[in-house]
Amino acid sequence: MTREAAFRGALLDPRAPVPAGLVDGAGRPAGRRYAVYRNNVAVSLRDALAAGFPAVAARLGPALFSDVALDYLRASPPDTPVLQHWGTGFPDYLAAHPHLADRPDLPDLARLDLLIRQSYHAADHEAADPAPLATMDEATLMTVRLRLAPSLRLLSSPWPVLSLRRVVLDGGPEPSMAPEEIVVLRPDFDPEPRALPAGGVAILSALRAGAPLGAAWQTAPDTDLGQVLAPLLETRAIVAIDA
Amino acid sequence: MFDHRQADLPPAVGVGFKAKHFAALMDDPGAVRWIEIHAENYMGDGGRPLAQLGALAERFPVSVHGVGLSIGGAGPLDPDHLSRLRTLCDRIGPASFSEHLAWSTHDTEYLNDLLPLPYTTDTLARVAAHIDAVQDTLGRRMLLENPSSYLAFAESTWSEPDFLAELVRRTGCGLLLDVNNVFVSATNLGYAPEAYLDAFPTDAVGEIHLGGHETDADDHGGPLLIDSHGREVADPVWTLLDRLLAATGPRPVLVEWDTDVPDWPVLAAEAARAAQALEAVR
Repeated sequence: MTREAAFRGALLDPRAPVPAGLVDGAGRPAGRRYAVYRNNVAVSLRDALAAGFPAVAARLGPALFSDVALDYLRASPPDTPVLQHWGTGFPDYLAAHPHLADRPDLPDLARLDLLIRQSYHAADHEAADPAPLATMDEATLMTVRLRLAPSLRLLSSPWPVLSLRRVVLDGGPEPSMAPEEIVVLRPDFDPEPRALPAGGVAILSALRAGAPLGAAWQTAPDTDLGQVLAPLLETRAIVAIDA
Repeated sequence: MFDHRQADLPPAVGVGFKAKHFAALMDDPGAVRWIEIHAENYMGDGGRPLAQLGALAERFPVSVHGVGLSIGGAGPLDPDHLSRLRTLCDRIGPASFSEHLAWSTHDTEYLNDLLPLPYTTDTLARVAAHIDAVQDTLGRRMLLENPSSYLAFAESTWSEPDFLAELVRRTGCGLLLDVNNVFVSATNLGYAPEAYLDAFPTDAVGEIHLGGHETDADDHGGPLLIDSHGREVADPVWTLLDRLLAATGPRPVLVEWDTDVPDWPVLAAEAARAAQALEAVR
């Protein structure tokens, strides 16, 4: 085994012996000096995961989150030095974790954290002037294609994850059990998750895929289209209106 | 090869930039004349990090400090990461690019720490080849930073200052001398930090780092200092800075504070103290 592989091998396993050939200034075995590196790796990655998944960290509390994060970073250490991209597999990992089977809402809470982080780092955009939409007749309106901001993200969950996120980060009573559909918008630099009416995610997904407004609406025809588009107009999340 | 004409960092005080200090820094930077960023935090597509960096780069010389390239690693450099660094440098035209004598990636795993390497003729050749690749890709001279060490390798045959001096000779790179790292490593490995500075190839120093450390103990009750960047610079490190500056004259000096980041006035006071140390040798 190479020197680097041996050093790496014991780094994420606190029970493994300290690799041979590591010494202090007097030539004695390095002992707990090696543990400084173990600690740096584990703590810095755990903290990075907590920063990237604030709602999950708040939901689990420091002790349980730390245990789960250490399990995850041993199972799926980052494959990139750009840590904003690390953790895309964390929601699925939580779903499969044996100690978290009684927390079925946790994976979607993690997905929302991830989408908010992705939105934060997404490309900036210039908003389109929405005025033409107000003057179109309905038949014309249904033929337009709306291009949406690159920072927009969508999540449909059987759990009330947006309400839950607010409760775990800001306090308050547990929300009642209900599905939620969410759009993450970024009017300036701070992502804002907003609740959509049922069917909203289907409509916005179709729009984002390039469908004309009328065809997109047909994915959820009972949904109030005005309620779906209002947050986009308010936060200037429409990049182009293609006739 | 690479362009030596690009503007250098000023021989004045900089700080490691933190987003929470943006407004204060733009409003009244005090003694601060330049800033340093950790490259990997500015590799998204847009949003606040790049917007703030754009505004800062209009006003201050910027040092791009990489923490994830794994120059001391056994494997080849990650071409995707080199490419991201080039994109960032092309975007803001930094006054300096620096990285560490350390590794952080093994195979494809990124371990998020600056891990140590033995100093041998083999590792010297490897690190030199990596520095050549960085300088060729970025089209500029880079600075390489001395690590903080908690242990040593039985197989090492080079002292750290000699190893760094030989890298300078082979690659034409410059050095980033972290005085806190010198104090931490010297204390942890039982040598005199003054002797390390005296042996250091100071002509190649393009930047000096200062930061805070924590105190722990090893298995034998001896001091084990941890390079935490989470508090004020320790007094013996200020003394070492004075000794170094007396030999080199004014150089760019950076104050780093990366964990438990304080409010701006605390960091500004550290910067002011570093500015006094520079003033004393002008």
